[in-house]
Amino acid sequence: MFGRSYTPIGMSDVIFLGFLVICLVLLVGITVTMVYFIIRYSRKRHPQAEQIPGNIPLEIIWTVLPTVLVLGMFYYGWVGFKTLRQVPGDALQISVTGRMWTWTFEYPNGLKANTLKVPVKKAVNLNLTSADVLHSFFVPAFRIKEDAVPGMKTYLWFQAEREGTYDVFCSEYCGTGHSGMLSKIEVVSQDVFDQWYAGETAKPVKAPDGAALVVSAGCTGCHSLDGSRIVGPSLKGIFGEKTHVLTDGVERDIVVDEDYIRRSLLEPGKDVVEGYPAIMPAQTQLSAEEIDAIIDYLKTLK
Amino acid sequence: MSSVNTAPKSYLSAGQGLRSWIFTLDHKRIGLLYLMAMSTFFLSGMTLGFLMRLELIAPGPTIVSAQTYNSFFTLHGVIMIFLFVIPGLPAVFGNFMLPLMIGAKDVFFPRLNLLSWWLFITGACLAFASLLTGSGPPDTGWTFYAPYSLRTGTNVSLAVFGAFVLGFSSILTGLNFVTTIHRMRAPGMTWFRMPLFPWALYATGWVQVLATPILGITLLLVILERWLGLGLFNPEMGGDPILYQHLFWIYSHPAVYIMILPAMGAITEIIPVYARKTIFGYKAIAFSSVAIALLGYLVWAHHMFTSGMSDTARMIFSLLTFLVAIPSAIKVFNWVGTLYKGSIQIGTPFLYAMAFIFLFSVGGLTGLMQGALSINLRVHGTYFIVGHFHYVMFGGTAFAFFGSLHYWFPKMFGRMYNAKVANMAWAILFIGLNTLYFPMFILGWEGMPRRYYDYLPEFQTGNVISTVGSWILISGVLLMLGNLLMALLKGRHAEPNPWGGTTLEWTVSSPPPLENFEVTPVVTGGPYAYGRGDKQDD
Repeated sequence: MFGRSYTPIGMSDVIFLGFLVICLVLLVGITVTMVYFIIRYSRKRHPQAEQIPGNIPLEIIWTVLPTVLVLGMFYYGWVGFKTLRQVPGDALQISVTGRMWTWTFEYPNGLKANTLKVPVKKAVNLNLTSADVLHSFFVPAFRIKEDAVPGMKTYLWFQAEREGTYDVFCSEYCGTGHSGMLSKIEVVSQDVFDQWYAGETAKPVKAPDGAALVVSAGCTGCHSLDGSRIVGPSLKGIFGEKTHVLTDGVERDIVVDEDYIRRSLLEPGKDVVEGYPAIMPAQTQLSAEEIDAIIDYLKTLK
Repeated sequence: MSSVNTAPKSYLSAGQGLRSWIFTLDHKRIGLLYLMAMSTFFLSGMTLGFLMRLELIAPGPTIVSAQTYNSFFTLHGVIMIFLFVIPGLPAVFGNFMLPLMIGAKDVFFPRLNLLSWWLFITGACLAFASLLTGSGPPDTGWTFYAPYSLRTGTNVSLAVFGAFVLGFSSILTGLNFVTTIHRMRAPGMTWFRMPLFPWALYATGWVQVLATPILGITLLLVILERWLGLGLFNPEMGGDPILYQHLFWIYSHPAVYIMILPAMGAITEIIPVYARKTIFGYKAIAFSSVAIALLGYLVWAHHMFTSGMSDTARMIFSLLTFLVAIPSAIKVFNWVGTLYKGSIQIGTPFLYAMAFIFLFSVGGLTGLMQGALSINLRVHGTYFIVGHFHYVMFGGTAFAFFGSLHYWFPKMFGRMYNAKVANMAWAILFIGLNTLYFPMFILGWEGMPRRYYDYLPEFQTGNVISTVGSWILISGVLLMLGNLLMALLKGRHAEPNPWGGTTLEWTVSSPPPLENFEVTPVVTGGPYAYGRGDKQDD
């Protein structure tokens, strides 16, 4: 049934369509028979029912046929699944970490990014894990998903046949920012990829950039930069301002200073701004330099 | 001359006042207590569903915040599943009808039965208290997946404890029914002369007794882990979050059959009455109930095909999942077979039964698709799943519940309802349900994940249609309830056997007397003996 011409994605689609047709035929068959009987054997047309307690051959037929059918369906589901799980040996290996509520991609050369850039027609294997709770890496365009589990390595692979940009969703519920935990896969030609890859790597290591960090670390998923309220308080103009917080359930006023920002990043549950839920995950992945860069940036955000 | 009424007092007039209800040992009154409580819970769950759909009418924040929305879907799930769909048919119609259908005076343990109701109410109060106390309503989803459920600051422990208490109510009800069926069948009622609703309750009872303790233990472990940091499920302490999923689904998948088996049983009662025909394949249906109960234990990990579990485990559970479809298919074929050469009169319960077969088939067949591993990788965790289980839970269990309500209403309350309005409500419900849930299959197929507060603009059309569907569905529910409430107040008195049923509950007056049967019935044939002098196969 499946020649070599099918890509894993194509095969997944063929199986889906094939199963859809089987299920539709069964559904229509059952419904039409039912409606036909209701009309044909209405009490007006058929005032006296014929008592038929059962029919053994019929019971055998409609036990055996569905059994054969579902075993066939199981088999093709398994065949399609295997192609979606067998990673070609030459696949580009990328580590992916899910964290409330961003994805981080790390290339073999150490390059890190929040969106994934890969070459077209090249197998890519994503080695998944999570830094906090369960997440699930889902790319509808490639028909695949796999959970990112803390303390465990899982994987999924794909090969994009066309250049373009594809959506990545988190499909395992992970808290307030779940529906905002989006990313993109940008599929480019091998040449463009190689140039980008070499260029990004060759760049000298530069000082961390606070403005970029608040986006890449996922801060802006919950904290706006323009004063509007999303999930947490806005970051606009907070530095040096007084704010009302709850510390171990006790209210107190504090001034937002360097110490407070550092504490909020590393131990967000300590002092929670009043009126907001205590749900922020600790950002322990940030280095001391990165935290300083964020503090410097917040000072300028008036 | 004043006529002397020799008929025994009905159970409704056997006692007055609140105490005569909340401390009753009568299985019929306990059934009604459940019905009243569950109607309240169903309406609260429905209101949450309505608000969720309203939020999703447009992308971005619409009426509530993300945190509130997450609590909405958690509570909608907890209320609908633990307080309505799981206990629903057994607690209400099982309690009321089981003793009547097998010719018994009550269940085997009437006091335990009352205790079950009190545990149910206690569990429900704890779940509702979790909304109003502590640091905000739970936001984990009804599955309480670790490690999120271990670290969220919301009031998870109390809600989980509520579900723990509800579990005991379920276990005790199951135990009671299994014992009742073994010990209290009327003389002459052999196993194969027993109606098929009791058969379904019997299979369900065993699942309740054997599977629910696992949920109880698992939920207790979540609470202990939150309080004491046991480190069973928390990877930071060497625990395994996938272990939690296994333990949760070892109960919660069999629970799906606790939800659907009694529904199938009720449908099996309704069809022969309206077709004036004995059930087709009595034994096939009875054994299918048992087969579903057994196989249902072995398929739990199909909820975990993308969890990171080994590929071998995925293959085995996919195979077993396909097998559990077979007994369900056998039931559907036998129901349709019962219509063949019948003499069919359409009534409201029959319409619900037919809608059940169609909607359950949609739910079952889409379930079959998800059982295929390659398709599962695509649709798992998307709206496809949400559509699938609402077809099974609403189109299946809730439609069977509403059908049963219309079927046994005259018996339970001694009043008739307006059939035209009831049929109209059925049509509105049917249209509303499909408008609400069908677009979800397409949304999921296109890739919209579930439990999403916000979505990409390309998903809006499907979401708008679905939201409009929720309004239609709710109108149907309100019309149906309004019609039944009117019947309670003003309906004309019901005959003992208004539909022409052949099972024992139709041989007593409507509403039944306190002790059900003045003379214990002696059973000489099968349960669906229609036609003159026809021999029932037994």
